[in-house]
Amino acid sequence: MSDANATTGTNAEPRIWKRPPVLIRDPRWRIAIYGGAVVYLILAIASVEVNWVRVYDGLERGWNFIYGFLAPDFTSRWTDISQGLIESLTMTVTSTVVGVLISVPIGIGAARNLAPKPIYLACRAIIALSRALQEIIVAILFVAMFGFGPFAGFLTLSFATIGFLAKLLAEDIEDIDEAQAEAIRATGASWWQLVNFAIQPQVMPRLIGLSLYRLDINFRESAVIGIVGAGGIGATLNTAIDRYEFDSAGAILLIIIAIVMVAEYSSSYVRKWVQ
Amino acid sequence: MLRVEGLSKTYRTGDKALSDVSFTVPAGQVVGLIGPSGAGKSTLIRCVNRLVEPTSGAVYLGDLNITGMSQRSLRRARRRIGMIFQEYALVERLTVMENVLSGRLGYVPFWRSFTRRFSAKDIDKAFGLLDRVGLADQADKRADALSGGQRQRVGIARALEQDPELLLIDEPTASLDPKTSRQIMRLLVEICNESGLPAIINIHDVLLAQQFTERIIGLQAGVVVFDGPSEDLDDSVLTRIYGEEDWTAMHRKAGKDDEEDQDEDEDGREQEERLAGLV
Amino acid sequence: MPIGTDTDTNTDTGKPQWQHRTPRSRLMLWFGWLALVALTVYCWQVMTEGTIWAFVADAPRQAADIGGRMFPPRWEYIDTLWLPLWDTINIATLGTLLGIVFAVPVAFLAARNTTPSAAFVRPVALFIIVASRSINSLIWALLLVSIIGPGLLAGIVAIGLRSIGFIAKLLYEAIEETDANQIEAVTATGASKAQVLDYAIVPQVLPSFFGISVFRWDINIRESTILGLVGAGGIGLELQASLNVLAWPQVTLIILVILATVVVSEWVSAKVRHAII
Repeated sequence: MSDANATTGTNAEPRIWKRPPVLIRDPRWRIAIYGGAVVYLILAIASVEVNWVRVYDGLERGWNFIYGFLAPDFTSRWTDISQGLIESLTMTVTSTVVGVLISVPIGIGAARNLAPKPIYLACRAIIALSRALQEIIVAILFVAMFGFGPFAGFLTLSFATIGFLAKLLAEDIEDIDEAQAEAIRATGASWWQLVNFAIQPQVMPRLIGLSLYRLDINFRESAVIGIVGAGGIGATLNTAIDRYEFDSAGAILLIIIAIVMVAEYSSSYVRKWVQ
Repeated sequence: MLRVEGLSKTYRTGDKALSDVSFTVPAGQVVGLIGPSGAGKSTLIRCVNRLVEPTSGAVYLGDLNITGMSQRSLRRARRRIGMIFQEYALVERLTVMENVLSGRLGYVPFWRSFTRRFSAKDIDKAFGLLDRVGLADQADKRADALSGGQRQRVGIARALEQDPELLLIDEPTASLDPKTSRQIMRLLVEICNESGLPAIINIHDVLLAQQFTERIIGLQAGVVVFDGPSEDLDDSVLTRIYGEEDWTAMHRKAGKDDEEDQDEDEDGREQEERLAGLV
Repeated sequence: MPIGTDTDTNTDTGKPQWQHRTPRSRLMLWFGWLALVALTVYCWQVMTEGTIWAFVADAPRQAADIGGRMFPPRWEYIDTLWLPLWDTINIATLGTLLGIVFAVPVAFLAARNTTPSAAFVRPVALFIIVASRSINSLIWALLLVSIIGPGLLAGIVAIGLRSIGFIAKLLYEAIEETDANQIEAVTATGASKAQVLDYAIVPQVLPSFFGISVFRWDINIRESTILGLVGAGGIGLELQASLNVLAWPQVTLIILVILATVVVSEWVSAKVRHAII
């Protein structure tokens, strides 16, 4: 704090200035929140039991993994890798397409300005369910019901797509420019025509963008649900890591990163083309 | 005080923004820089403190050659040059006081500026400047809570907080209404005259330039086409700078602006009296 | 070249005018759809090559069977869940903090206007971001459990590694969108690069930064709940254990607890982000 300075006494206020609080204005809240945070951190960190010996031993394995990442082995397990990859890619495509197809009617049904109340509530419930349940848990359930393999994975990802796409679609529809919809309604158009002429042109570009984004997400998810048996490259990865074959694991990870990068670039390109 | 010799700037695209510009600004002189859009006025101002790097030529602040300096020395040179911007360029989320104090950043090491521990002298000076520009009670308000004219005045205070030897002012009135524009120009010229500060004011409004500055430099397509006292700015010169135009209409408007100013002041006083009568 | 149609509201009659698609773009659109359908059908066939349709047909019966065993949930089991739940929240919170610590410098190195070297440093930073984002936290957890052993630490580091990419990407986009005028003005006073960062850039990105961090924390809670499936601690461990012995009523309870946690964390995150803006 700067020392009190009474040089020019032209006004009564002392010429001291302290920095105004950056985040929280009220001093009571500030103390409560900062204090609470400190207490929490102490408790939380204390609760983490670390077997440091194990960690130290594991560091060597860690180096092996880094080497495996830098000098990946694509060849020795190639049949397994390619099969897993094909499963993942096919799952991604089919689940995204089917997911989008189902999401569109559900999204329309979940838009307050288009759907009657009971349909609106039902659709919103489906969306909430899809969003609340983690993909892995859904995968476990579907594997139990439908057996191991990519079919269960396909169902999982389609279901997950609904929660993502239908929600954003419904929000988009609710945000449209009402004036255009009103104009169409005034002509006596049927409900279908209203959707086709007023809603669709406004939400279509964003829908395409979102679908591409979801394609990317579904691919990343497809690499994971294999761990619980729902097909895809996750199972291959799991096996490789279990066997400490870090060079194969590194190869798989690099393939995943590469595909995600390609998907990201092409999706931004396609989105610009559509706009 | 400020000497510009043979300054040229050619952009990578081939644009010749400035061609061999030379002039000298002695202490205490307020220079108005006029010219059509794209004439290179902003570029010239920014070349002085090297926010834009000139392609050739030299800029001297006193005895120091600014154009030849290293980055470190440039920082120290920049703190002696106060700059006032067209869109105020205040940091919106910081308070008025923090914005004014940021004028001292060139003088204060990083750690002290980070913890906002400015010396009592700096803080006192800041308060004094806020008084001078009429914003004494706004010190702890966030910058984006102020009006345009108020923000410009904070910008002025920030530049003066640097204890500068030169003021570079880039279109200070572009985003302001006519009345506030005149107030700001008046304030600027008063301050410059009080402290004997030389200043270059880049301004698009020729009338304001004529009325408030003593010397005018006219720039056209990167070349100085006029450099002299503002009284010498007649229609032929204006045509040389801007091209053919009906300058008499502009002069008439100048007279009206002046009258409107006086009328508004009178109206304001009448309003106050009326309201006082009601209370 | 826009492939869509053009709807114009003609203000005189209120009727939209439909611009004809040119025959060429019509053909291209048709072809595009055809390609998409063909691709999907092909993928479907490849994917379901090994599918045993008998299982699929059997699914409703299976579902009813499991469903019957799942309800009613074993409510008493909740006593064993409190500690794992506390662990899960810690994994998410500490992991998010870890992620933030690394994401901030990476973001500044990746942003076009603050990176020290656009040719070397920036691509490296961008690669770190993509690598972190492409790999799901569960995979990170799998790797870490294999390297440093099962437990909370593996989970925390896994969440941290995943969060780096997410936070850094959104943060560097925010940094690139800062107002250049404010930065120019502070530079003109003779401030050093660090001071420009502190006075001009940080104040502009601070609200986004908090919003992004809280958003990621919310997602991390969701992800932390299942990390235990691969041994990285938290409530997922209980889930794994219950699944292994096919104790379905316990599984139901765990799923319900996870749902409740996710709902609460989403509410908290929405409130905090609302308060920041």
